Amino acid sequence: MDLTLKVWRQKNREEKGRLETYKVTGISEHASFLEMLDIMNEQLIKEGTEPVAFDHDCREGICGTCSLYINGEAHGPDRKVTTCQLHMRMFKDGETIYIEPWRSAAMPVIKDLIVDRSSFDRIQQSGGFVSVNTSGNTQDANALPIPKMNADKAFDAAACIGCGACVATCKNSSAMLFVAAKVSQFAYLPQGKVEAKQRVLNMVEQMDIEGFGNCTNTGACEVECPKSISIEYIAKMNREFLSASCSSES
Amino acid sequence: MSVLDSKIPDGPLKDKWTNHKNKINLVNPANKRNIDIIVVGTGLAGGSAAASLAEMGYNVKSFCYQDSPRRAHSIAAQGGINAAKNYQNDGDSVYRLFYDTVKGGDYRSREANVYRLAEVSGNIIDQCVAQGVPFGRDYGGLLDNRSFGGVLVSRTFYAKGQTGQQLLLGAYSALNRQIAKGKVTMYNRHEMVELVKVNGKARGIIARNLETGELERHSAHAVVIASGGYGNVFFLSTNAMGSNATAAWKIHKKGAYFANPCYTQIHPTCIPRSGEHQSKLTLMSESLRNDGRIWVPKNMEDVLAIREGKLSPTDLSEDKRDYYLERKYPAFGNLVPRDIASRAAKEICDAGYGVNSTGEAVYLDFASAIQRYGKQEAAIARIQNPSEADILKLGEEVIESKYGNLFQMYEKIVAEDPYKKPMMIYPAVHYTMGGVWVDYNLMTSVEGCYCIGEANFSDHGANRLGASALMQGLADGYFVLPYTIGNYLSNEIRTGKISTEAAEFVAAEKEVSDRIEKLMNIKGTKSVDHFHKLLGKAMWEYVGMTRNEEGLKKAMTEIKKIRDDFWKDVKIPGDRNSLNRELEKAGRVADFLELGELFAKDALHRNESCGGHFRKESVELDGLQKGEAKRNDTDYAYVAAWEYKGEPADAVMHKEELEFKDIELKQRSYK
Repeated sequence: MDLTLKVWRQKNREEKGRLETYKVTGISEHASFLEMLDIMNEQLIKEGTEPVAFDHDCREGICGTCSLYINGEAHGPDRKVTTCQLHMRMFKDGETIYIEPWRSAAMPVIKDLIVDRSSFDRIQQSGGFVSVNTSGNTQDANALPIPKMNADKAFDAAACIGCGACVATCKNSSAMLFVAAKVSQFAYLPQGKVEAKQRVLNMVEQMDIEGFGNCTNTGACEVECPKSISIEYIAKMNREFLSASCSSES
Repeated sequence: MSVLDSKIPDGPLKDKWTNHKNKINLVNPANKRNIDIIVVGTGLAGGSAAASLAEMGYNVKSFCYQDSPRRAHSIAAQGGINAAKNYQNDGDSVYRLFYDTVKGGDYRSREANVYRLAEVSGNIIDQCVAQGVPFGRDYGGLLDNRSFGGVLVSRTFYAKGQTGQQLLLGAYSALNRQIAKGKVTMYNRHEMVELVKVNGKARGIIARNLETGELERHSAHAVVIASGGYGNVFFLSTNAMGSNATAAWKIHKKGAYFANPCYTQIHPTCIPRSGEHQSKLTLMSESLRNDGRIWVPKNMEDVLAIREGKLSPTDLSEDKRDYYLERKYPAFGNLVPRDIASRAAKEICDAGYGVNSTGEAVYLDFASAIQRYGKQEAAIARIQNPSEADILKLGEEVIESKYGNLFQMYEKIVAEDPYKKPMMIYPAVHYTMGGVWVDYNLMTSVEGCYCIGEANFSDHGANRLGASALMQGLADGYFVLPYTIGNYLSNEIRTGKISTEAAEFVAAEKEVSDRIEKLMNIKGTKSVDHFHKLLGKAMWEYVGMTRNEEGLKKAMTEIKKIRDDFWKDVKIPGDRNSLNRELEKAGRVADFLELGELFAKDALHRNESCGGHFRKESVELDGLQKGEAKRNDTDYAYVAAWEYKGEPADAVMHKEELEFKDIELKQRSYK
């Protein structure tokens, strides 16, 4: 395949970015999208140009590092995949592909296609945990049966990889799906109940402090989420938030 | 007398850890507040250690090269975590887990360490459940288990095919709790590039801020390395692209011995490579072998027809298939340990039976499991005379619930539906059992420098059983290191704050700075990846699954040559004072180019077939095991710990003899 690539180049946080045009030829349809970028970079290095910086690590769709906005879609045209799982067979020979970073005020560009997602970490630090010490002296794991349905719901929420596609996709740059996934995981488990109120209040507050937008129920995040996290969890978080805000204790 | 003192406590095996813990010196809470610890890496071992140490009251500085601690490559572990809970009532016990792990490791691990691992395994599950890790459960609400290779019980806990992710997010949440409290200072996008020693003790590190390129000095009373394995020395592996050996290699060069570098795990079930552009390999969890049957066509004409696309594997009748693992190992069948399954796949492909265009793939077939589960589910749902379509649908649903994400991953990469057509798989480099030598307290041969998780060598011998890497990472981080480090730190309460203005820090920073300058100034003609790929090819060709003396010697010469060329001709665009991925890679590949040679040297000296590695000169000549790998306990039942002496080829070996008091050394038979 021969392709024309329009790639976002930005030197650092301060400087303005722009789209540059590069051409690649002879790409196998079995190559992954990032392998295609590897080939492009190899070419740039040969030409003496600085290669394009992009975030990636596991290249199997689980670490959540890769984060490209391809032809106007987070993680590109395929569904239920991260950028690293996207393969060139999804594109046509001769196509022009636009490659941009996530765009959100709460996730500023660091360089080229790399963004700063530390806001996600700070949201997790504000309450995304169960306060239990790691002494190993907790009760036996089977002492507390958990209905399979709840355990499964908690798992599906916990499958979030924290990539930020939901934010990049949302017209409001909202992080509701991301926050809801963690809030819901714990809300469905007895271990998470004890701190449920404070957790949801803190995490939502931190989300606002970071500058993420509000949810207007468009549902785009659910469509673009590589792990298919359902917006039902946003509803669950809203319920948790409402009941926590209304009650007087804690 | 060896210079290595493993510090294994006296007394009966089952009491060693308890007695040792009772005798460890404690640091009082007020003093802990004055002690700093650096932890490098935030995977299962590093993340859990940093969280636990902070919780105990120490000041922790935690480092990771990724943009968030949650992205460490432990996250990609799929299948599960072992624990001797015996919830399934199938006769499991601490002793059996210990026994299976030592046997699975081909009797090259330390008994006392492995027993301790088995002992704390149950606590890990309790701990993780308390943290809200959503393990798979049955309809009664209790935890479910699955079976893994090399064992006859079901002791593996799992969260679909994302167990590593869920466990890591558990450790990440514990870490976050401490970051929020201010007990852990987190340094994301930072890479450790040097260890700093003061008066022989580890006192800090030099880290490079990967965003700004700035070199930073960080001091501490102890340094913990939890930076994972070195599988990327092969270029293609199941490791993450950024996984590297730099932290481990830097401490090696500062005096930490590197043990058994040649013990690598080649995982049997990975997605085969598709072409030259391949940048990494993707694992399909070993748990798939619970339900998948491995085969190749019996007849060569069928193999060729399949390769040419004239025949579909589903058209081949049972009698024309060779389920070679079931044939050769009737007792364990498709659930033989990883080393055996990998070697068998390579052998059959080398004999020409590989089923894809490169000739490097075998089938992993779920058709019979789908049938079996479909019939079972139909009976549960009280469907009389279910149609074939009903059975398939119900069966596929069961498979989906167990391995859904893996099947989806496969389909996205290969563009074939594994529910309808058998998966194609081939072995790939996955895990490194070798690593930094540590004593029973997990301290390296540098005082005050510890090493945990995959980065150390301690628990898996020459071959790791499935689902025990997660167990070891969390055991080291949650339950072992936080205790054992107290012994050392109890002597540090009077040390006081360590200044980063000390001459040693200044010198270490200069050393790093000069090294970076040297790399940037080569201004050669070839990219870093070019050299990394050459190294990987030499490693796979001569130091992979099958080795012999001639090949290994060749590998050493070749790797040295690639290293020399690298330092003459590598081209690193950009500058050192900003985010520069090529410079990061160059530093890591420079270390791999040294490690690779030591790896080959270690493999060369170990003239026995052990673990996943078949040494051509060491093979069983007769009996039931004829043609199988021959281990040599008389001459090689020791740990080879290498001391750095400049060039990797000059490294000096120290032996730690392995004593087996509670286990009889046997030929491993899975027949």
